[in-house]
Amino acid sequence: MLKKLSIWVVFLAILLILPLLFDSIMGISILNQMAIAIVIALSYNMLLGQGGMLSFGHAVYFGLGGFMAVHALVMIEFETVTFSVTLIPMVGGLFGLVAAIFIGSFSTRKAGTVFAMISLGMGELIAASSLIFVDFFGGEAGVIGDRTFGPPFFGVDFAQDVEVYYLAAFWVFIATLFMYLFTQTPAGRMANAVRDNPERAEFIGYSARRVRFISFCAAGLFAGIAGGLFAMNFEFLTEENLNAATSGRVLLMAYIGGLGYFVGPIIGAVVLTLMNSLLSNYTELWMLYLGIMFVLTVMFLPRGFAGFIMLHQLAWHHGRLKTLALPYLVTGVPALLCAASLIGLIEMSHTEADIFHFLGLPLNPDQLVSWALPVLLTLGAGYATRSSLPQLRDAWHAANTEGKRAK
Amino acid sequence: MTILSLQQVTKKFGATPIIRGVDLDIQAGEKHAIIGPNGAGKSTLFHLISGRYSVTSGAIKLKGKPIHNRPPYQIARQGLARSFQVTNIFPHMNVFENVRCALLWSSGYRYSFWHLLGKATRLNDRTHAVLDQIGLSSRAHYPAAELAYAQQRALELGIAIAGGADVILLDEPVAGMSHSEAQSAVQLIRKVTEGKTLVMVEHDMNIVFDVADRISVLVYGQILATDTPLNIRNNPRVQEAYLGEETAGA
Ligand SMILES: Nc1ncnc2c1ncn2[C@@H]1O[C@H](COP(=O)(O)OP(=O)(O)O)[C@@H](O)[C@H]1O
Ligand SMILES: [Mg+2]
Repeated sequence: MLKKLSIWVVFLAILLILPLLFDSIMGISILNQMAIAIVIALSYNMLLGQGGMLSFGHAVYFGLGGFMAVHALVMIEFETVTFSVTLIPMVGGLFGLVAAIFIGSFSTRKAGTVFAMISLGMGELIAASSLIFVDFFGGEAGVIGDRTFGPPFFGVDFAQDVEVYYLAAFWVFIATLFMYLFTQTPAGRMANAVRDNPERAEFIGYSARRVRFISFCAAGLFAGIAGGLFAMNFEFLTEENLNAATSGRVLLMAYIGGLGYFVGPIIGAVVLTLMNSLLSNYTELWMLYLGIMFVLTVMFLPRGFAGFIMLHQLAWHHGRLKTLALPYLVTGVPALLCAASLIGLIEMSHTEADIFHFLGLPLNPDQLVSWALPVLLTLGAGYATRSSLPQLRDAWHAANTEGKRAK
Repeated sequence: MTILSLQQVTKKFGATPIIRGVDLDIQAGEKHAIIGPNGAGKSTLFHLISGRYSVTSGAIKLKGKPIHNRPPYQIARQGLARSFQVTNIFPHMNVFENVRCALLWSSGYRYSFWHLLGKATRLNDRTHAVLDQIGLSSRAHYPAAELAYAQQRALELGIAIAGGADVILLDEPVAGMSHSEAQSAVQLIRKVTEGKTLVMVEHDMNIVFDVADRISVLVYGQILATDTPLNIRNNPRVQEAYLGEETAGA
């Protein structure tokens, strides 16, 4: 109990300290995007990780919530309604919930392929209607709001991004807490049961459909809250925010982070936001690398980053984690080198400049010899990585079995 | 008092009749065994009673109320629980959660998303009590999928009996167990179904004659005879249709 409480205190502390550590325009901007991503990724995991519902259209609830939130901002601006913009995420949440109640009422009838196809279809349908219902979606241009017109909240008018960050941090904390608590309730536990075995769940008194529907509505609510945060942060929304590409990115986040663990999607949201905002500054090929990372994760870390970390529990439990440090280094350094030179190769073949800087070396892509070094380095480092694998495997084995004996 | 009643129940898959007009009255508190050769339709009969399949014709009543063609969760809520011939548990949840979920509805939690289960002391105590009964306390935190076969069968049974249903259907609960495992499983079944109505499909005749108050013999989708173990043993038609080959085979 105390341990759990302390985790939440640490989480809150991190949320509060982060903007002090990354106190720049870009830093705060990335933190705001991370906050939004964490909420949407966690809400997605209520469907897939906890409820066994593979959705290709989760951005719908995020986007609809966001659009509604922008309209609420506009209404505040024109004094049609008066309330603090701190509540804007809740507006998004409620609208996401309404949309989820409506769509979930038929889409949760079945899980599996049927559910996945309906989610895809609804995603396409809503994205297409955004060009039809121009009043609500603003057509291709989208809708624009202004978060600074509401009554000031204890003197804060949200003109600064960092003010938005603290608001977002508050909502991230609340949303994360409630999504966690949901997993501890009868509805949350039965969501796991229905994910595992919908048939048996019915024989212990639960309608699998109703259980899925409840998770689906909760996921819509929290996705809408994330959409409201997005509206607060960017003050505009377009069709892009609810289309299939955005839904796909949410799926990637949750999957790469690890569906089987509550913190998994948080890790995924942080990593993908960083890749999205940092990598895209350096290379236009970042989507390619993201794709490669996703494929590698699915193949080698089926339980995601969180699952990979949890793999070390046993070794850690028996105090043998440090024996893995050296083998990890021996494999990791050449592996990184191999990846780096492979990326260098890809970038060099893509570049249009006359001189390409490969690991600091100026090379001319038009000369054949320029390619020799990166190719050799890739192969060499790849070979070194490969040859170190048996050692790593032995070390892994020793760290885990040795621990058992000590028990 | 009749607690479970089947009236002229039939079931066809496509054009193939599998259950061909079954009449059966089970008394409250009775221990009833259903025996019959493979493919006779015993499991199908259980699926009809528990709502997994719809009946083609006929009626099934639980405590006087019709339950045929109702979804399984409604039938379960009226106090009928069952186990499956092929283990049917929640593989990625741990053993404790498996049993606790089976207790939720009967404990009145319904679809609540405002109760925290960590604080549900009575529910958790009851879960531990069931785990003790089925001998899985030491495995409480194992994922159900990682249990050994006999332990999975014990869990299968635990899920069926946890909710305190007063009518319990067990489909070959000890099949595939070693002799000693089966012995203790039978003890367990006896203990946990005390005072309740039990309908059980079982192949092992020693167990059947030991546990059952009455036996129904199902052959090719029809009930050949329903009677006490002694009378069933001495029934020439049953011997001819079923018991004869069984004893010859054993
Ligand atoms: N869903 C189904 N579709 C078609 N045939 C089925 C189905 N379920 C069972 N059967 C058939 O019904 C017959 C009885 O099966 P079952 O009830 O499992 O027998 P038992 O449990 O007595 O061994 C078998 O011939 C089986 O092939
Ligand atoms: Mg059978």
